[in-house]
Amino acid sequence: MASVTMTVNGKSVTADVDPRTLLAQFVREHLRLTGTHVGCDTSQCGACVVHVDGKAVKACTMLAVQADGCEVLTIEGLANGAELHPMQAAFREHHGLQCGYCTPGMIMTAVDMVNRLGSDLDEATIRHELEGNICRCTGYHNIVRAVETGAKAMTEGGARQAAE
Amino acid sequence: MHAFEYHRPSNVRQAAALLQKNEDAKIVAGGHTLLPTMKQRLAAPSALVDLGAMGELRGIEKKGRAVVIGAMSTHADVATSDVVAEAIPGLAKLAELIGDPAVRHRGTIGGSIANNDPAADYPAACIGLGATIITNKRKIVAEEFFTGMFDTALDEGEIITKVSFPIPAKAAYAKFRNPASRYALAGVFVSKRGSDIRVAVTGAGSDGVFRWSEAEEALAKRFAPKSLDGMSPPASGMNTDIHADAEYRAHLVGVMARRAVAAATGR
Amino acid sequence: MTGTGIGAPVRRKEDQRFITGKGRYTDDLTRPGQAHAYFVRSPHAHAEIVKIDKAAAEAMPGVLAVLTGDDLAADNIGGLICGWMIHSKDGSPMKAGAHPALAQGKVRYVGDHVAVVVAETLAQARDAAEAVEVDYKLLPAIADTATARSSKVVVHDVAPDNTVYEWHLGDKDATEAAFKKAKHVTTLDITNNRLIPNPIETRAAIGEYDMGTDNYTLYTTSQNPHVARLVLSAFIGIAPENKLRVIAPDVGGGFGSKIFIYAEETVCVWASKKVGRPVKWTSDRTEAFLSDAHGRDHVTRAQLALDDNGKILALRAHTIANLGAYLSTFSSSVPTYLYAPLLSGQYDIPAIYAEVDGVYTNTAPVDAYRGAGRPEATFVVERLVEVAARELGMDPAKFRKKNYIKRFPHQTPVIMNYDVGDYGASLEKALEMADYKGFNKRKRESAKKGKLRGIGFSSYIEACGIAPSQAVGSLGAGVGLWESAEVRVNPTGSVEVLTGSHSHGQGHETTFAQLVSERLGVDINNVNIVHGDTDKVQFGMGTYGSRSGAVGMSAITRAIDKVIEKGKKVAAYAMEASDKDIEFADGKFSVAGTDKSMAFGEIALQAYIAHKFSGQDLEPGLKEGAFYDPTNFTFPAGVHICEVEIDPDTGVTTIERFTAVDDFGVVINPMIVEGQVHGGIAQGVGQALLENAVYDESGQLVTASYMDYAMPRADDLPSFDVGMTVTPCPSNPLGIKGCGEAGAIAAPPAVINAITNAVGHEDVPMPATPRAVWHAIHKGKAPMAAE
Repeated sequence: MASVTMTVNGKSVTADVDPRTLLAQFVREHLRLTGTHVGCDTSQCGACVVHVDGKAVKACTMLAVQADGCEVLTIEGLANGAELHPMQAAFREHHGLQCGYCTPGMIMTAVDMVNRLGSDLDEATIRHELEGNICRCTGYHNIVRAVETGAKAMTEGGARQAAE
Repeated sequence: MHAFEYHRPSNVRQAAALLQKNEDAKIVAGGHTLLPTMKQRLAAPSALVDLGAMGELRGIEKKGRAVVIGAMSTHADVATSDVVAEAIPGLAKLAELIGDPAVRHRGTIGGSIANNDPAADYPAACIGLGATIITNKRKIVAEEFFTGMFDTALDEGEIITKVSFPIPAKAAYAKFRNPASRYALAGVFVSKRGSDIRVAVTGAGSDGVFRWSEAEEALAKRFAPKSLDGMSPPASGMNTDIHADAEYRAHLVGVMARRAVAAATGR
Repeated sequence: MTGTGIGAPVRRKEDQRFITGKGRYTDDLTRPGQAHAYFVRSPHAHAEIVKIDKAAAEAMPGVLAVLTGDDLAADNIGGLICGWMIHSKDGSPMKAGAHPALAQGKVRYVGDHVAVVVAETLAQARDAAEAVEVDYKLLPAIADTATARSSKVVVHDVAPDNTVYEWHLGDKDATEAAFKKAKHVTTLDITNNRLIPNPIETRAAIGEYDMGTDNYTLYTTSQNPHVARLVLSAFIGIAPENKLRVIAPDVGGGFGSKIFIYAEETVCVWASKKVGRPVKWTSDRTEAFLSDAHGRDHVTRAQLALDDNGKILALRAHTIANLGAYLSTFSSSVPTYLYAPLLSGQYDIPAIYAEVDGVYTNTAPVDAYRGAGRPEATFVVERLVEVAARELGMDPAKFRKKNYIKRFPHQTPVIMNYDVGDYGASLEKALEMADYKGFNKRKRESAKKGKLRGIGFSSYIEACGIAPSQAVGSLGAGVGLWESAEVRVNPTGSVEVLTGSHSHGQGHETTFAQLVSERLGVDINNVNIVHGDTDKVQFGMGTYGSRSGAVGMSAITRAIDKVIEKGKKVAAYAMEASDKDIEFADGKFSVAGTDKSMAFGEIALQAYIAHKFSGQDLEPGLKEGAFYDPTNFTFPAGVHICEVEIDPDTGVTTIERFTAVDDFGVVINPMIVEGQVHGGIAQGVGQALLENAVYDESGQLVTASYMDYAMPRADDLPSFDVGMTVTPCPSNPLGIKGCGEAGAIAAPPAVINAITNAVGHEDVPMPATPRAVWHAIHKGKAPMAAE
């Protein structure tokens, strides 16, 4: 067993884990944060995307022990209490989800995309950036719309906060 | 995964000592090849030596006429590095084409090179730029480093610390992606540095990355896409799988080579 | 239409939990004391099991049990079943080989279930599974569809020529006569590629046995929990139906693959009693590739007979359908009654004859996948029609229009009676939206860039809203295909709807609530949709075949009608009027010709307090149920137009435009319907360009992960132009036809017709991968993707 300590959604957690525990397993099974999903074995579907130290990573391809000392953000930590994150709101507004299974990873990837590339994202860029997230339900059409809108809303929200 | 011991040394010397002590130990860098392999139980190291805590292995700098990249630099680090973008934009572009954003946040240049997957992108850049791979023991030129599919010149316990890329006058990478895995079905890195013309091919050859000398000779006369018109390597040395037969792969190498030269020369 | 009623693009009620990570899928559940199952699967396509040595595995840390087919047999647990009897031409019943949940004596495909290890942790179960020693005697294998019948390999002894049935439909003599007098015959050899459904949530199951009550609970990823319970009870014999509760919580996509009753859920329920602990199994993606039921996999020769004016005289098809190593739950019906009755397409075809040979191979079972039979039929018809038009030098749109059915109802020669439609209207709208007139100009522009451009049509029809129970019963179905609903009005006027339909992405919690909101005038937030739990919901048939709107919502409508009728009686007492004078509109019961009225909620309260009427005159309460059996299939139809650009240097096809105009009848929520169309098109484009399940000659699945099975990604697809026309369906109270499968049915021929148009000949296989298209361009001949 190995001891890990990390901050998950703003809370410090410490646990003893078998070193072979994946970060995705750790948040799902040890922390009961089941919003992070696992959809493949080959780091391709992106259902497990979380942020580690502010960057999107595939939690199924990282050991929990590798996240020792890190800040982890999962889908459960994205909203500000009852107030949805603008990207979450955009996914609902634009019907960017059907079965909901890929959705947490999609949203975490979309937020990371905006963090890196800013809010003015064209369709081609969004589609390219979603390469690591597979959705079987939506055909991506409405996900693209959602990310476009969510990106804009993120900056507006940010600008509002800065102005306040 | 099978059970293993986990170590996270803070410097290369400690890492080397751990590797020496545990015969079946494996290095984990970004883990994006090793962990999926272990999940499938196709690899079962007794111990993992994680290089993740070593800041010394991460970083990109221009050193004389070369760009030196720390082995633990991620694909995202390389893709977004101002140093790389200015000195070897084709290399930044290559890094940007690896995997997806989340994979690029974890996957590292050292890990990719050490694994020498026959469809990986970095081996093409190393050969295509005449890079030198620097380990904790020695320096190895790229041609001698990649010794065949999933095989390198690294000794047991030897750790890549840096890769040094000489700065070319012109260079670019063109990649045709496998429609499923998005690895290279045919990836061609071309460069020109004085009279040193290189055309390195990944994803296509049946024995991993290789230099396409016929194309290099043609480009030596004139470094332009037209010089490669109608050329493709012999299909006999190409891979065949469900995504591409040898004939198609050989053809794609020609197309990608022309596109890479066009990109390198701004055409 | 109110803001949340029928026709409004209401934002989905279920989204809140999904976008915040609070969805509850089966693998998210942890039962107290839960143990974990891992299956030992056959690495061989075909082998005898000589011996299984469990001793080493049983001694491993954390292991609770290692169970095999012998243990199943000892407990008298029955095999998995196929619930649709198909008879061959000669009248003989289909040849169904035994399908034990854990192999008995023989394994028949890679991934076949050999043993299960139950342990404290998943890692321990997996470790121990590697220690189960299985001694196999290898047998030669057959994986190929076309040659399965002539192979020396015998998959099941009951079918020595690997033939499950030789089935046919239509009038052979009339069809042959029509071909004899034809002026032109178009012939095509078609392979409909094998697909793997790949919902992003893999299958999972938790079996739980309660020793105190002798009750079992199964949590499972199911599209139809009641059917699962029925099969597990009545056929497999795990537990009596009243002792088994099946819960299908949030389910992450199904596309057909979660209809079926599989070995794993069977074993988890059974094993939970054996070990006295809840037993959980979650498929990994590799297991999903190996053991989820696959789709399609047809080899067909099809011909179209035409007169000299381009009028279709007859169609005939001979299809070999690969059913895999065992008959999955509904597999036998897919290439027969879900396929050949659609071979008339949207066309007036006087004579049709279809023969289908179902074959066993050493591959995973094949069953319904989004569209199920109808995509295969549409591909045959729409490729034939397109090629016929080209061969006759006619514009493919005009050719179609000429042959469209224009009068309804229309009886086809293959069972179906089309009730309503306006195919010309969809075509005109699609031509307009796709700017068909501008195509030649765009083609010239592509040519200037050295690119090929092509356009392709697909005028599809499907039979949905399955189905009238008597009709399917006469065709061999083992069940009826009605649907049930119960509308429970609470004393405060809020409403619960218990539905036999199951939502796994379709948005029932919203659309069903829209219906209730519109009909009862109740705020949509005061309507809850309950589904997926056999202890809560009355028996229901579940969701597949685009049936939840046409059948499921019709059942709700009937129950609502009964609630209103009862409400009128209550209102009559409450307002001291005759119940004949009570009218209900806009959420209010009122007395005709007076200004007296009471809100729906007030009447609900009156129904429960029962102060205004005698319980002898009127039963208290306000709760009504209905079972709705449809009177006909529904026939959604439309026109999809695909425009592609091809890079001849690489063979890469880019979809430049994709236009879909569909007639789904009345639409409840256009936002959700468009989403269904998008998703269907993506799967159809996936089949056409990317997806292919490939077995090698030894029966190994070559495409067993996303490294080799190409899933459509965001950058493989364009945005879609979606339009609608409406002819309300006359056979159900809401006028709904169904929309879930249209895209997957329509898109493949549209894409392939566009590519063959660009390439200039018909010899392009599906999927039209870059490799295949490049060969098609440069050699005029494309090898199949499989080696």
